[in-house]
Amino acid sequence: MIQADLTVILPEIVLAVSAMLALLVGVYTTKDKLAPVLVWLTAALMAVLAVWIATRSSGTAIAFGGMFVDDAFSRFAKVAILLSAAAVLVMSQDYMARRQILHFEYPVLVSLAAVGMMVMVSAGDLIALYMGLELQSLALYVVASLRRDSARSTEAGLKYFVLGALSSGLLLYGASLVYGYAGTTLFSGIVQVAQHGEVSLGLLFGLIFLISGLAFKVSAVPFHMWTPDVYEGSPTPVTAFFATAPKVAAMALFARLLFDAFGNAVADWSQVIAFLSLLSMFLGGVAAIGQRDIKRLMAYSSIAHMGYAMMGLAAGTALGVQAMLVYMAIYVTMNVGTFAFILMMSRDGRPVTDITALNMYAKREPGKALAMLVLLFSLAGVPPMLGFFAKLYVLRAAYEAGLIWLAVAGVVASVIGAFYYLRIVYYMYFGEEGEELDRGGSKVLWGFLMASAAVMILGIVNMFGVEGAAAAAALVLVN
Amino acid sequence: MSVFAFYLFALGVITGGLFTVIARQPVHSVLWLILSFISAAGLFVLLGAEFVAMLLVIVYVGAVAVLFLFVVMMLDVDFAELKAEMAKYMPLALLIGLVILMQLVMAFGAWESAHVASELRAQVTPLDRHNTEALGLILYDQYFLIFQLAGLILLVAMIGAILLTLRHRQDIKRQDVLAQMYRDPAKTMELKDVKPGQGL
Repeated sequence: MIQADLTVILPEIVLAVSAMLALLVGVYTTKDKLAPVLVWLTAALMAVLAVWIATRSSGTAIAFGGMFVDDAFSRFAKVAILLSAAAVLVMSQDYMARRQILHFEYPVLVSLAAVGMMVMVSAGDLIALYMGLELQSLALYVVASLRRDSARSTEAGLKYFVLGALSSGLLLYGASLVYGYAGTTLFSGIVQVAQHGEVSLGLLFGLIFLISGLAFKVSAVPFHMWTPDVYEGSPTPVTAFFATAPKVAAMALFARLLFDAFGNAVADWSQVIAFLSLLSMFLGGVAAIGQRDIKRLMAYSSIAHMGYAMMGLAAGTALGVQAMLVYMAIYVTMNVGTFAFILMMSRDGRPVTDITALNMYAKREPGKALAMLVLLFSLAGVPPMLGFFAKLYVLRAAYEAGLIWLAVAGVVASVIGAFYYLRIVYYMYFGEEGEELDRGGSKVLWGFLMASAAVMILGIVNMFGVEGAAAAAALVLVN
Repeated sequence: MSVFAFYLFALGVITGGLFTVIARQPVHSVLWLILSFISAAGLFVLLGAEFVAMLLVIVYVGAVAVLFLFVVMMLDVDFAELKAEMAKYMPLALLIGLVILMQLVMAFGAWESAHVASELRAQVTPLDRHNTEALGLILYDQYFLIFQLAGLILLVAMIGAILLTLRHRQDIKRQDVLAQMYRDPAKTMELKDVKPGQGL
């Protein structure tokens, strides 16, 4: 039995063991000089694992008495998590090495965070959920304050840690209420117990606390306060990491908890999620208008995008989950490209994050400016780009589930949000001449920027088959 | 008797928790916290979970609370100022607290476990086993995955603590054991024959 269980979690074991090996090698040999090699090796391993997970099996396997579930849904999320984590690792190498913050622990912590995320999306039990979440969060707190001599970075890590601990407390309290009602922490058990009668008040209370805790992790309004400060204070590659893989993991975990454990109470949680979604879309759109710092701007942008992804969840249907997964896949791709661009923004070798520094950027670097334009249009949801289809998907899911008011609100919020994306485009193409940013930049970052922009245009043909995989994943979860 | 003990310990937990928050001296706060831990341990004993109760006393009271005491004494924080800051938000905090309290009273007033819950719930003391033995069986068998994950979390905590605090200073002298062992007396010492009555 144990052997069968271990086979199911083999990818997680491989990643965890390789992280520990890397740690040993790093400590006993050349320490930080080894870091660039470790970064590339870890990224390569993650990419290989992603391919392996995608092709390994097609069924559903349950391990450790239901605590760990390997199905099409978790595989979809894991592939997205591993690929985006690998991309961000590779992108951060040059930037961090130049600023002397590339420690060999960085790839180790990122892989351990990835292990946590993989456990999160496969969790079939409240305790496994919590363990995965903590493993991920703890590693993220540390990398947030990686630049330990900077007060900003330390503040980001500390703020994230304190608020994260608070949200974990909420989550655990909710879990204890659910256990008190159901007598079991297994998702499959909870869903069965809840089936027997009306959903009780105690279970609903627990559910609300659980949702609050998770909403913090996806930075949904009103649990978003930490996001702009943490995004701004952390080193930019770490910010890029925050904006990609953990968001996929947290959204997937959200979906798994809501459908696997509370699939009988869709009507009860759907309104809560719809409310969170509405607030996130509007606050993300409105609050970003006043931002001058591109990292803070991306923080509000991610809040708004999480609102849209949650709209898919609020629909409570298979189509909604599929829309959410497609949205997250496209969101991650856009963010990787955008952060590749932000990482290249520097003046005399020092990073610049002020958006007015982009004045007339198009004249000096037409290629990069065009790629960024495509990405920004896509983030805003302007029609020919892939980002538009992502929004269309969730809006359709909400519409078909009868949440017409939410879909209408989503369209309005997207128009408001388009303003600040288009303002950056305005600066790049029509701004006043100012101090120039450095030209050129690392080839790797350039490659990611161009590839991501190309995906935004070429993807509209067939979305590279993501749709089909997402549909299969959604069907496993919602039945 | 056990009802009396329950109310005694429950009262201890609540008083301890309350005074942890409102005590003027931070050291007193920690002492109240210890009272709260010990009362919670008492509640565990009443439930029949002796091992968890002992863990609470040994780990939380013995190690964590003592660590807290040290940190509180070492930190140079003006707690009076922090308290004043807190007082500013007190009315709002009290309002929110009151609302949550009322909601919880409503929730627990209508509390009803699912009728299958009591069968599903794990027994604290299975009939044929000791408390500790039962715990070990669950921890290393059923919860094997969770146990290993907890280990990984602790590993991350350790890496984080080292990464964020360890500094290699270049401008200080360190002990180099090998260099000391391989020192050659002939190279480091010079023997002089000093004649009586004369200096060097």
